[in-house]
Amino acid sequence: MSEPNDIPKQATLISEGVRYGILSAAQVLDEHLARVDEREGEIHAFNLVLADEARERAAEIDSMVADGLNPGPLAGVPVALKDNMCTRGIPTTCSSKILGDWKPPYDATVVTRLRDAGAVVIGKTNLDEFAMGSSTENSAFGPTKNPHDTSRVPGGSSGGSAAAVAAEFASVSLGSDTGGSIRQPAALCGTVGVKPTYGAVSRLGLIAFGSSLDQIGPFAHTVDDAALTLEVISGHDPADSTSIERPPLELRSKLLMGAAGLRVGRITDLPSGASPDVQARLDEAFEALAAAGAEIVDVECPAFGYGLTAYYLIAPAEASSNLARFDGVRFGSRVTAPDTNQMYMATRTDGFGAEVKRRIMLGTYALSAGYQEAYYGRAQKVRRLIANDFAAAYAKADVLLTPASPTVAFEVGDKASDPLAMYLCDTYTIPSNLSGDPGMSVPFGTGDGGLPVGVQVLAPALEDHTMFRAAAELERYMQTQQEGSIQ
Amino acid sequence: MSAQPLYVNDDDFFPANDEHERWEHRGYEMVVGLEVHVELATQTKLFSASPNRFGDEPNTNIDPVTLGLPGALPVLNRHAVELAMRLGLALNCRVQKSTFARKNYFYPDMPKAYQISQYDEPINADGWLDLPDGFRVGIERGHLEEDTGKSTHVGGAGGRIHGSDYSLIDFNRAGVPLVEIVSRPDIRHPEQAKAYVSELRSILVAVGASDAKMEEGSMRVDANVSVRKPGADFNTRCEIKNVNSVRSVGRAIEYEAKRQIALHEAGEPVIQQTRHWDENDGKTHTLRSKEDADDYRYFLEPDLVVVDPGPEWIERVRAALPPLPAARREVLASMSGQPANSEAVLLVVERDQDAYVLEVGKQSGDVGLALKHVKEAPDLATVVPAGRLATLTTMESNSAVTATQAKTIVESMIAGEHERDPEAIAAALGFEAMESSELESMVDAAIAEQPDAWAKFCAGEGKAMGALVGAVMKASKGQADGKAVTALLNAKKS
Repeated sequence: MSEPNDIPKQATLISEGVRYGILSAAQVLDEHLARVDEREGEIHAFNLVLADEARERAAEIDSMVADGLNPGPLAGVPVALKDNMCTRGIPTTCSSKILGDWKPPYDATVVTRLRDAGAVVIGKTNLDEFAMGSSTENSAFGPTKNPHDTSRVPGGSSGGSAAAVAAEFASVSLGSDTGGSIRQPAALCGTVGVKPTYGAVSRLGLIAFGSSLDQIGPFAHTVDDAALTLEVISGHDPADSTSIERPPLELRSKLLMGAAGLRVGRITDLPSGASPDVQARLDEAFEALAAAGAEIVDVECPAFGYGLTAYYLIAPAEASSNLARFDGVRFGSRVTAPDTNQMYMATRTDGFGAEVKRRIMLGTYALSAGYQEAYYGRAQKVRRLIANDFAAAYAKADVLLTPASPTVAFEVGDKASDPLAMYLCDTYTIPSNLSGDPGMSVPFGTGDGGLPVGVQVLAPALEDHTMFRAAAELERYMQTQQEGSIQ
Repeated sequence: MSAQPLYVNDDDFFPANDEHERWEHRGYEMVVGLEVHVELATQTKLFSASPNRFGDEPNTNIDPVTLGLPGALPVLNRHAVELAMRLGLALNCRVQKSTFARKNYFYPDMPKAYQISQYDEPINADGWLDLPDGFRVGIERGHLEEDTGKSTHVGGAGGRIHGSDYSLIDFNRAGVPLVEIVSRPDIRHPEQAKAYVSELRSILVAVGASDAKMEEGSMRVDANVSVRKPGADFNTRCEIKNVNSVRSVGRAIEYEAKRQIALHEAGEPVIQQTRHWDENDGKTHTLRSKEDADDYRYFLEPDLVVVDPGPEWIERVRAALPPLPAARREVLASMSGQPANSEAVLLVVERDQDAYVLEVGKQSGDVGLALKHVKEAPDLATVVPAGRLATLTTMESNSAVTATQAKTIVESMIAGEHERDPEAIAAALGFEAMESSELESMVDAAIAEQPDAWAKFCAGEGKAMGALVGAVMKASKGQADGKAVTALLNAKKS
């Protein structure tokens, strides 16, 4: 634990310290910016560090506290935003050339909510271009490296946000998860990473990849920090028609409930592919929860294994439509050409990277006349089957445990030339995007090379709090293991 | 074509007869379905809060959703849904659970490069529209969708994008709510097509769904035309665009049908294509053929949820529907004694002036006379208070003024003279009813002056009356009441 005078890294502790005047937001920020200065050169978590804006905001927070005002539940907490979330007047790039120096005229709802809660936005983080990838190597601005081993990838697509928390550049960060883009990098970087129930967090201002799958969620050092952040950013937003008409999630009050009586499902027909070190950790997680009083039950999800295939039709199909607006007409980059069609082609050829083009072509094909039923239509049927499988499983179990990623962080360049191998990284995370259910990755010790392993906790829609309850128990177990004592 | 077209405003007309002679050309009949786009009269756009307003400075009614900026999301306008429901119910449609889809294609005035439109699950389905003559046209669907922006191509030929120097785009119209009303291919006659468009427009205005101004583009008609030997299977059709007036609807489909008949007779195939109606040369021209048609890659719009109005909302909208034109024609017909599909009744309801006529009739007791004046002088309803016209029609039915004088007074009232007071106008013009003794002496004088005419009139030659009446009119300087003169002549004959 931190010494009394140390600056804590956890959001819960920073916020409390700032609100009670024990810490200053400026001091907290300086500490984080100092680490950015020290390591950002080798990690490249950020597309943009907003040091000046952040200092201004931290000073505001401190003066609010001095005036006896409460800046909010994230008072003075340095947060990093994945660079596919709109920030008013601040470039938002999706790590793509095609957006040029476009500055959104509005803030994403999550950004507004973070600011209103007293958070200090420290920067915009790197990602796989348009959130398409699992290693953050597909960025127009160069790859992000894993803070635990800079020869390895941080995962993706929210690799910058995962690395920013893992390197303690930010106390918490936001990512977006379309097929695992929060949970897989969280696992590879050893942070908590949450994809909440679809519709729990507003997508307004999130630059869409696969609209029916995209969901924003936090990266954090602890389950409690993730819960705090998610409580701040969740809740109904009338500006997003798919936002659930409910108050913000209530999570933190459930964290101490323990696992006693919790039914934890083990998917007996889970696709193989997890490496032995990861599998060993997963087995240990079941044991830990059983020891804490949970009941382990076997469930079947026969369609789970088809999730990856269905996803690589549905997500690119939606992406092919979502990314059509990047046409050089109204914003972003434009390559001039003799006529409009040539301008479209030149702009998009120059502006999009290889993986984005691959997915636009995949998606366009999957939706085309004569093929739509065989590809997109079938994928939608698989999607329903997966949702049905989960529903049946959740009749028997409150939560399910799976690996978050099949392996620990891999070497930079390892899978860059093999898209299919890269896609397989998301085998375990994709199905809950298809069903709309929540999932999160909890750091659970280490695997090969001493690199972090994440265990994924899954729960039915709107049972995010139950998922957090199980995650908190796994975290407690791991702390006990590491500290070698029982509180 | 036996029906003589009757022009309403500049180029709008109803058929004068309630029965159309069947349109046939060289043994072929036309098969026509119409697709009508109407802009809904909402305050704001279909998916954003920008104003839905025609004629503003370009690119002033815009926002992130309208421009399709990254991260923007659509939120459905509830009022647009309600207006669409009103229209659907007025067209006897089933109002149902519906969804939105994306229609994907690239065009500079299409901001997201997809149009959000209802596709396989429209809000309104399976209705019908009865024309004033009773002919029923089936309605396949009436679905919600968003409008595009407007491109102006500068330089080059004919305002087309191809070959132009540059293009200007106004996004004010982008995202304006539209309902597309698709008829079944039931129309067989140009007059039916025109009557359909006119009646649909009246319904749109009546239910407050749209101002339906073809000249401002808030109502746009596309026609699907094919021809066949009566009773045979449907043939290949062509879609005609740029039909910008009711009159053009008739002209365009007639031209197109004859063009296709000529092809059939020459043994040449009709190629399925989209054709452009040219108002100037009165012809349709190839715009694009089916092979060039976009693959729109429709799929369910993931940013919106299902629209399920439910029985309660539907019934509330149905209960609040105002009387529709057909019902209003019935009322006006029964109150005025004119047939429901008479020219006067059709015109006055079409102009939305029937309430005015009925109000005048209520005050004067003579709806028929009010109808006659308003039919002839549409400006009455807009500038002359009902009470003033009621006074005039009372004067007229009491023979205080003649029909000819009443017409003059109407003009004067519309012009705003003497505070539009018919009595003051009559006095100023010296329109005083003649003493009957004075009139009688004039009649006697006319008989005395024209004994031959009188003899013929007495012998039953009706034509001879004209000369006698004319003489009285001349003597009275037009102030005599023609009816009274006729009555006197008849009385004296017997």
